[in-house]
Amino acid sequence: MTADRTLTRLHAHAMAVALRRGDTSATELLDAHEALIASQDRALNAWVSGDPAGARASAQAADACFAAARAEGPEALAALPPLLGVPVALKDLVVTRGRPSTAGSAILRGFIGPYDAHIAERLDAAGAVIPGKTNMDEFAMGSSTEHSAYGPTANPWDLSRVPGGSSGGSAAAVAAFHVPLAIGTDTGGSIRQPAALTGITGIKPTYGRVSRYGIIAFASSLDQVGPLGRDVRDVAMLLSAVSGRDDRDSTSSPLPVPDFAAALPTSDDEAAASVRGMRLGLPRQYFVAGMEPGVEARVREAVATLAAAGAEIVDVDLPHTDYALATYYIIAPAEASANLARYDGIRFGHSVRGGNVLANYLATRDQGFGPEVKRRIMLGTYALSAGYYDAYYLKAQKVRTLIKGDFDAAFTRVDAIVAPVSPTVAFPLGARMDDPVAMYLSDTCTLPVSVAGLPGMSVPCGLSEGLPVGLQLIGKPWDEVRLLRLGRAWEAITAGAAWRTQEPTDLARLDDPAAPDRKGAARAS
Amino acid sequence: MATLSRTDVAHVAHLARLGLTDVELTRLEGELNHILDQYAVLASLPTDAIPPTAQVIELQNILRPDVVTPSLSQADALANAPERQGEYVVVPAIMSDADAPA
Repeated sequence: MTADRTLTRLHAHAMAVALRRGDTSATELLDAHEALIASQDRALNAWVSGDPAGARASAQAADACFAAARAEGPEALAALPPLLGVPVALKDLVVTRGRPSTAGSAILRGFIGPYDAHIAERLDAAGAVIPGKTNMDEFAMGSSTEHSAYGPTANPWDLSRVPGGSSGGSAAAVAAFHVPLAIGTDTGGSIRQPAALTGITGIKPTYGRVSRYGIIAFASSLDQVGPLGRDVRDVAMLLSAVSGRDDRDSTSSPLPVPDFAAALPTSDDEAAASVRGMRLGLPRQYFVAGMEPGVEARVREAVATLAAAGAEIVDVDLPHTDYALATYYIIAPAEASANLARYDGIRFGHSVRGGNVLANYLATRDQGFGPEVKRRIMLGTYALSAGYYDAYYLKAQKVRTLIKGDFDAAFTRVDAIVAPVSPTVAFPLGARMDDPVAMYLSDTCTLPVSVAGLPGMSVPCGLSEGLPVGLQLIGKPWDEVRLLRLGRAWEAITAGAAWRTQEPTDLARLDDPAAPDRKGAARAS
Repeated sequence: MATLSRTDVAHVAHLARLGLTDVELTRLEGELNHILDQYAVLASLPTDAIPPTAQVIELQNILRPDVVTPSLSQADALANAPERQGEYVVVPAIMSDADAPA
């Protein structure tokens, strides 16, 4: 077991090296990760479903590729895709053929994917090993992973607290070493906020960078797929594997995709030096009322550290920031109410018979959707309904123009923007469940970036009250390379920081049979 | 901005095809009005001269060649149907006997 847990602590890029050297095998890596998941997921509840047979077949295929390439020589070995044999978790809204995908909802309990999502095809082609799918807020609507029909996920730093959301299962699984990498999606902060709350790295790329084909839809003009991992190099590797044009998503961009991992400096010295002369914007509007002093302190210290390393810090004004919450909470529910109209109990999913077609719809959707999804469908339906469209939806789309304009103006003066990710550290399970607006405010620093369609990344920047704090790096459209280089520079500059050596506090408790049974909570509900 | 009455909430629920219970309708009336209060901030912004943004990337009119490509097989498309008969999905009758022509 000790040896196994050494393997699971490796970064994905280190696993790739070990696999090429023959120091380990894809099968051994999978065994180590699956053993950890089996012993710890009762208390963590990061996983909704596993695919032991599929993962085993992928690992064996990867090992066969390594053996063949090794026989052929170093060039063949070097030409293998970087993710070959590396475990990668999928958020439970990535449809895969023959496997369940629930999007955290009871209405999709038992749904089996009839095809593969674009990113699932890409990961398969790259030889990644998929141990299973991770827990999430229902249809990605939430900031805590508590709005899941399959029970809440715990935070490995404190099992009584949320991991953030909606990609909380992916974030908790990566933070607890159940996988080195995971796929998440981000509509208003659903990659960045859970990454921040669990002390890992996550990037939401520019809207259009990754195809949404086969991703169960929430809000189609905002949804974007991205990676979560334990360092910048790893997320760069996964982002490269899934990015690029796909004809089945007409909003996916035809722009060429750089090799994100290859764009990063290899040595810490080179990485740290790359921040010299970079102009970083600091928006005063992001230090909001209600921000915890410990969070603000860590973020301001990080900015000072970047300045000391040679970055030029420039105050920037994003005057429409305070309007982003309302704008987002009109546009996203409106799009969701249309997208979720497809769950009618007729062609797939949960189905209740009520006597006639209308009664079927009413009963199926009442039983199948949870409270937050119903709230958003109601908000969206109202905002789009006759007489209110101009006052709400059209108004929000106009303010969206202003919010995007703020960023466009700022980016004429700076290379990237640095800001907090979340105004607070991970909050206790249940704390915001009775107050939807308090939950919505969790994403106040990430929503404007989503509304503008920009790339945003969360990197860990220390602890407050023993819990992780994230630093948000915001870039120009299609400028992920610069964001990743900045994130890599941040890692290099703080490589010696004491907080970097601290592992999630409650990892040991995950093995304790007396730890709370989050899966049990799911079964009971 | 507008305030939602209990009747409005029930009307929107019907539009959304959500068969909500009385308890749910009562709770939603309070919650939705609390959320709508947050929207009020937008009304103070002058936006008459501002064009709306529906999506942020500068792609328009994406076309593909008009050729047949493989799509889901009938078996795959039907595999998740809650109720089926042969090659069909079973749905309740849309029209009652009373709608039938004499």
